Amino acid sequence: MAWTRDQMAARAAMELHDGFYVNLGIGIPTLVSNYIPEGMSVQLQSENGMLGMGPFPYEGEEDADLINAGKQTVTELPTTSFFSSADSFAMIRGGHINLSILGAMQIAENGDLANWMIPGKMVKGMGGAMDLVAGVKRVVVVMEHTAKGKPKLLKKCTLPLTGAQVVDLVITDLGVFEIDKAGSGGMTLVELAEGATLDQIAENTEATYSVAPGL
Amino acid sequence: MTNKVYPDASTALDGLLSDSMTLMSGGFGLCGIPEALIAAVASSGVKDLTVISNNAGVDGIGLGVMLETRQIGKMVSSYVGENKLFAKQFLDGDIAVEFTPQGTLAERIRAGGAGIPAFFTKTGVGTTVAEGKEVREFDGAQYVMERGLFADVAIVHAWKGDTEGNLIYRKTARNFNPMMATAARITVAEVEELVEPGELDPDQIMTPGIFVDRIIHYPDASKHIEQRTTRAREA
Repeated sequence: MAWTRDQMAARAAMELHDGFYVNLGIGIPTLVSNYIPEGMSVQLQSENGMLGMGPFPYEGEEDADLINAGKQTVTELPTTSFFSSADSFAMIRGGHINLSILGAMQIAENGDLANWMIPGKMVKGMGGAMDLVAGVKRVVVVMEHTAKGKPKLLKKCTLPLTGAQVVDLVITDLGVFEIDKAGSGGMTLVELAEGATLDQIAENTEATYSVAPGL
Repeated sequence: MTNKVYPDASTALDGLLSDSMTLMSGGFGLCGIPEALIAAVASSGVKDLTVISNNAGVDGIGLGVMLETRQIGKMVSSYVGENKLFAKQFLDGDIAVEFTPQGTLAERIRAGGAGIPAFFTKTGVGTTVAEGKEVREFDGAQYVMERGLFADVAIVHAWKGDTEGNLIYRKTARNFNPMMATAARITVAEVEELVEPGELDPDQIMTPGIFVDRIIHYPDASKHIEQRTTRAREA
């Protein structure tokens, strides 16, 4: 047993706070927008140049000039603003975005993150990922615990890095890990997913981690 | 009196294009791309271009047109993943890519246009992006030096423009266009609506006309959608 994609997204939504400006990556992170608690004001930033991103448009109301960073058609909200890519990354690099939730291929126990290229395969590019992990105050990764049965939480990333010592929290289908990216506290397992066991996590994790009291 | 208005894209680019030149092209994905000007560069036949653009279009659309004609020698981009022909030319070694993080790319262009030759950013520290570049500590954190970018010609797309070259962009079609307009020896803009001076509210102008050398009226932009996503209407 483990969390589904939607349960992982719902857990990630617990990291949101009222008044937050948040950037959501492609994949499971996008689902987090479905779990913003009622009455909480959260503005979603899209790095191509939009703050206050609304839901997908109704069929027939798509606007080619109104897309998100995944190039999907979206809509405006009453709070929406548009701006250039330079202003967008001033928000990101300048530390004005409270939270970035994104996916990853590998995470190391010191908070290193790899999610942009696999040597030997066609490289698509990093897009805005390197800017987001370097500039946003708090970086939360949502990902499957393993890829084809192999651990993704490692002692050291084997893939080229997107950012060094940048990850604060990792949510997988098996549990939640905190990382002391700035200090020497390492990685700590702080929550177990519904039905997951400590043994199951130990078997599927290469990184060294401590287990929070009470688990 | 200087006349910035040209009748069409080919005429507007007349005398500006040459082999091995550096070209900036606005847009994010297919949103806000200078479609008519890209087509005119393609039909001009110039080769071995260095193209600075966030993306490389998709097959047959946007900069994808210039891949078909093999006019691009090098791209400076943050993401080129939507283009099969690009992948083939890249893997065959026919085209070089300088991958630049999206925010670093935006700032390199902004800096280039503002006369700033280099700046330091946190983005890419500890990654392959920082290899071969100066890394310096400021206030206890590491930053990598990135260079400003300046092109021979920039081509941009705007929603409205006047004959003085003042521009207004629409929604997320703004993206890289305003910075690119500032960062080239000559900037050529295509606009969906072209009006007389005085018809745009000066408070709303996003790119002042000083940055725009030539302008064309292009009312019929195709505006392709890469990912058409919709939701169901409530019953």
